[in-house]
Amino acid sequence: MRDRYSFRCFCLRFTLSLLFHKTIVMQGSTIEQPQITVNLHSGHPDHRFFGIALFLIAESSIFLGLFAAFIIYRTIIPVWPPEGTPELELLLPGINTIILVASSFVMHKGQAAIKNNNVSGLKFWFSITSVMGIVFLIGQMYEYFHLEMGLTTNLFASCFYVLTGFHGLHVTFGLLLILAVLWRSNEEGHYSSKSHFGVEAAELYWHFVDIVWIILFTLVYLL
Amino acid sequence: MTTVVASNYTAHKERKWTDYFTFSTDHKVIGIQYLVTSFAFYFIGGAFAEVIRTELATADPDFVTPALYNQFMTIHGTIMIFLWIVPAGAAFANYLIPLMIGAEDMAFPTLNAVAFWLTPPGGILLLASFFVPNGAPQAGWTSYPPLSLVSGVWGEEIWILSVLLVGTSSILGAINFVTTIFKMRIPDMDLHSMPLFCWSMLATSALILLSTPVLAAALVLLSFDLIAGTAFFNPTGGGDPIVYQHMFWFYSHPAVYIMILPFFGVISEVLPVHSRKPIFGYRAIAYSSLAISFLGLIVWAHHMFTSGTPGWLRIFFMAATMLIAVPTGIKIFSWSATLWGGKLNLNTAMLFGVGFIATFVMGGLTGVMLSSVPFNIHVHDTYFVVGHFHYVLFGGAAMGLFAGFYHWFPKMTGRMINEPLGKLHFILLFIGLNITFLPMHKLGLMGMNRRIALYDVQFEPINLICTIGAYILAVSSLPFVINILWSLNQGEKAARNPWRAYTLEWQTSSPPIIENFEEEPVLWTGPYDYGTDSEVVNEEETVDDMLAEVGSQLRYRS
Amino acid sequence: MKIPSNIITLIVGVVITLISLWCGQNHGLMPVAASYDATQVDSIFNFMMSIAIGLFLLVEGTLVFCLIKFRRRPNDQTDGPPIEGNVPLEIFWTAIPTIIVFVLALYSFKVYDNMGGLDPLISNNTPPQQIAMDGNHKQVALGIGTSANESGEIVPLMVKVQGMQYAWVFTYPETGIISGELHVPKNRPVQLTIAATDVLHAFWVPQLRLKQDAIPGRNVTLAFTSNREGDYPIICAELCGAYHGGMKSVLHVEDEETYAQWEETNKPIQKASLDKTVAVNPENLSGGEFLRPYAHKMGIDKETLALIPHP
Ligand code: HEA
Ligand code: HEA
Ligand code: CUA
Ligand SMILES: [Cu+2]
Repeated sequence: MRDRYSFRCFCLRFTLSLLFHKTIVMQGSTIEQPQITVNLHSGHPDHRFFGIALFLIAESSIFLGLFAAFIIYRTIIPVWPPEGTPELELLLPGINTIILVASSFVMHKGQAAIKNNNVSGLKFWFSITSVMGIVFLIGQMYEYFHLEMGLTTNLFASCFYVLTGFHGLHVTFGLLLILAVLWRSNEEGHYSSKSHFGVEAAELYWHFVDIVWIILFTLVYLL
Repeated sequence: MTTVVASNYTAHKERKWTDYFTFSTDHKVIGIQYLVTSFAFYFIGGAFAEVIRTELATADPDFVTPALYNQFMTIHGTIMIFLWIVPAGAAFANYLIPLMIGAEDMAFPTLNAVAFWLTPPGGILLLASFFVPNGAPQAGWTSYPPLSLVSGVWGEEIWILSVLLVGTSSILGAINFVTTIFKMRIPDMDLHSMPLFCWSMLATSALILLSTPVLAAALVLLSFDLIAGTAFFNPTGGGDPIVYQHMFWFYSHPAVYIMILPFFGVISEVLPVHSRKPIFGYRAIAYSSLAISFLGLIVWAHHMFTSGTPGWLRIFFMAATMLIAVPTGIKIFSWSATLWGGKLNLNTAMLFGVGFIATFVMGGLTGVMLSSVPFNIHVHDTYFVVGHFHYVLFGGAAMGLFAGFYHWFPKMTGRMINEPLGKLHFILLFIGLNITFLPMHKLGLMGMNRRIALYDVQFEPINLICTIGAYILAVSSLPFVINILWSLNQGEKAARNPWRAYTLEWQTSSPPIIENFEEEPVLWTGPYDYGTDSEVVNEEETVDDMLAEVGSQLRYRS
Repeated sequence: MKIPSNIITLIVGVVITLISLWCGQNHGLMPVAASYDATQVDSIFNFMMSIAIGLFLLVEGTLVFCLIKFRRRPNDQTDGPPIEGNVPLEIFWTAIPTIIVFVLALYSFKVYDNMGGLDPLISNNTPPQQIAMDGNHKQVALGIGTSANESGEIVPLMVKVQGMQYAWVFTYPETGIISGELHVPKNRPVQLTIAATDVLHAFWVPQLRLKQDAIPGRNVTLAFTSNREGDYPIICAELCGAYHGGMKSVLHVEDEETYAQWEETNKPIQKASLDKTVAVNPENLSGGEFLRPYAHKMGIDKETLALIPHP
């Protein structure tokens, strides 16, 4: 707007081309229409990916809030974890972590497959991912049932269950997304190298859940 | 002649009145739904305020019991913030953003409808809390534990659920606004030829996306403490109530800017149109919104100067808070400069616009006083604070809301508003506002704390003045309601562009057709380039006329 | 007569400055100041009042002037001048508030420091602890006031303050007095250790301009020296339940002798006198006669008192 002259000129040029466009149509002529990118009544460009990214920003904020609370407790409570907290077993969650991280790579192979129009490859890799996700959840359940503390045992236990539980919910949701993709991929031609938003969205979400787990694991188990 | 063109558009669906009561995905319907819902809650919240003021007219708790008083006070604050100002901001954003950028709808219409339909259940749930055992929540809109944990479990839990619903709604809305603004502008509208309202909604949405989820986290933890027996915030179980305060204010300080920024945007639209001058300092206003949102994220502990904040941190939060005066001042001064030398059309919208600046400045200045630690220690949790935030919320956000309401009423309804009634509304509201909230500052300084049903008799006379002011405010909504009802039925039919404004929403019919524009709107000038075309603009000028005019000029030149 | 516009600007500026300076000193909005720190707070408030009134008059004056001078004449459909900005002006009105804000922040910092807000012993954050009902708190956290050890000569009077729904209880560890009201001698440093047994409360004496939340699970120190005799209200400033408004007590600042006398008469600690102190409490409340009917609802009874930690 600072550069008023060129701005005006631009507007004039634009309106003029539009004017031509109209005249042409009015004459009912079949001359090729001028190339104006008119976003309006033509098909909707896909903004869903952008939307998902914004949603994940909001999601990270929730986790950030919870992690921040955890870190504050960690720093201000004199004895942390409070006396009487059982030691956390590292082996099972460690394996679980490896499975979850690995599943992200497996999943990526599925996306690579669909980029080559290889639907059966997509199905194959996504099935493996979903199995890995299920194994992770079962492992988590196993840990819950074998821990010698409950939700209300002490502050650390509460934090532990709320953080891992909230993350577990996200894993479950991601798993549902993957299963939905698998379901849809049965439909002939639903996913192709050109159109596979569902695949990408599920994958982005899964990576997000993965990263959150790495932070969570470091904070709660390792530190 | 134009049949070929028209044929593309005749297939438009007709708008049915039932659309407004059902799951419609049209952004304009959703905008109106938000607006009407929020005003319904405004009247409920306002009625509660009148209960509060009636109780406080005398020093004794004689009108309602102290416990009930706290319920009304809590619900008043919650409704006014979460169910009035925040959804009203979303209402304008929904209605205006697609129109202003020349799009036919929001980026995610269905998501948009979902976001809206989370709001009424949230509000109804909140009101229903009066009927559970122990009644509505009593811990104030801040719900500090441990009090919130021990005064009525179900009321508090309902409060949490309701705020979570409304919060989710506002997050989903923000996703939509940002995507729409970034992705759906007509091709030659770049970020810097976008109306300032869109800028302010970008800043608002950023705050919503970053801070509302933290509130959700806090409320989830609070909820666990409440019903699952954990002790995140409960010292008897080893937790710490201060952690809740940090998490709460990490959202709720940005929330005050979530509540004011959309209306900063509204004011930036209203003032130039009615003073027939370009906005003064477009970029300064646009960027100061971003500066406010950034600073808004790092000042939350100024609400906690007397609780558990170490000394050096208080100093940091004080300095950061004071800095916000600078970008806000840029806005205030730029708006004043926009008025300066203009041709001010003093209609209702404009009066509310100028009234907004006048009262918001008052609230802002007391805000800066509050941020000074040694002084804050004296006035924290007193009526000085109550005075401050009603000036910024009622005198700021609400006045801006009314300005926008009167400004876009013709666009939204196709009818002009009745000006004399509108002016009466403004005058009563402006007078009532100052009578109600100005004396509160004195009360606070003298030693009256907030959130009390019974107070020291020495404060009775001033409280009586406040109560009278509050009644004037209640009366002020009478001309408002009458005006709307009358204008909807009898008002003069509004033209396409009654204010001769340059932003795109005025290029379509009033009210706009479904999917907004007959034909691609034309960005033939910047949003505020008043005064550059010296000739008188024809009221009924259509896009075709403008095109013809531009075309002939060009032909003449070449 | 035509007066040049810069002269008008000058006159307006001088008038606004004078008005705001005067108002900043003579607003009469604050209650009496009962300590040196309180007068310091007042001086910063006066300073802020002057600035605020100046800015307020400036903005409102501009608005009113515009409303009158630049209103649209009937039938005038033309636009105003297309002014889109003015860089020097914009720099000016960015710089001035920045400077004001810096000065204000520095001044606030100084006053806060003088009040002892940055005293390492007092304002340090120390961890919260699980509330144990034996009330055996040892930690000190986040308060304000010059810590006793530093202010030197006079040994400060130590008092433990307990906030509970809906009463204040003051314990004097040296003499063993437990009282519902706070008695302190004039000009002697007082160091309060504030705690809460149930929910958040806040200890506020408007005349001292001091307020500190009582946080369950933490002990907070608040130090002051009052230099003015009188009875001042102690108000609970943090919402703590239905009768939050009634949670009041009195601070008696007395001369040396009266205080010694009070100490003498209240010294013997027995359970009986304990009941009596609190039962007497509501009657002494300034303007608080209305409270009496609520005393039983407020839960001030033997059960509550039993919860009070004994020294
Ligand atoms: C719309 C809502 C809104 C807005 C915009 C603001 C704006 C500001 N607020 Fe306010 N505030 C609230 C809503 C809002 N507030 C609410 C609801 C509470 C109470 C919550 C509760 O406890 O229930 C609160 C409480 C509150 C507190 C805590 C008080 C306490 O409880 O102890 C503080 C302290 O710093 C504060 C400061 C500020 C500041 C510095 C601004 C600044 O943004 C103001 C900036 C504006 C100006 C300064 C005016 C214009 C500028 C100029 C003319 C330039 C020149 C000015 C100077 C150089 C000073 N606010
Ligand atoms: C946008 C926010 C907003 C708005 C607009 C208002 C508006 C008003 N508020 Fe509110 N208020 C808050 C936000 C708001 N408030 C918050 C956040 C708190 C803190 C709560 C807490 O401490 O937790 C608070 C607290 C608060 C208190 C302090 C309570 C206490 O600490 O004990 C008081 C006291 O006077 C008060 C009064 C008023 C009054 C008189 C109005 C008036 O402006 C209201 C005017 C309303 C009307 C005029 C509507 C009238 C309608 C009718 C009477 C019905 C008629 C019906 C039809 C016409 C159909 N408010
Ligand atoms: Cu104790 Cu309010
Ligand atoms: Cu704030």
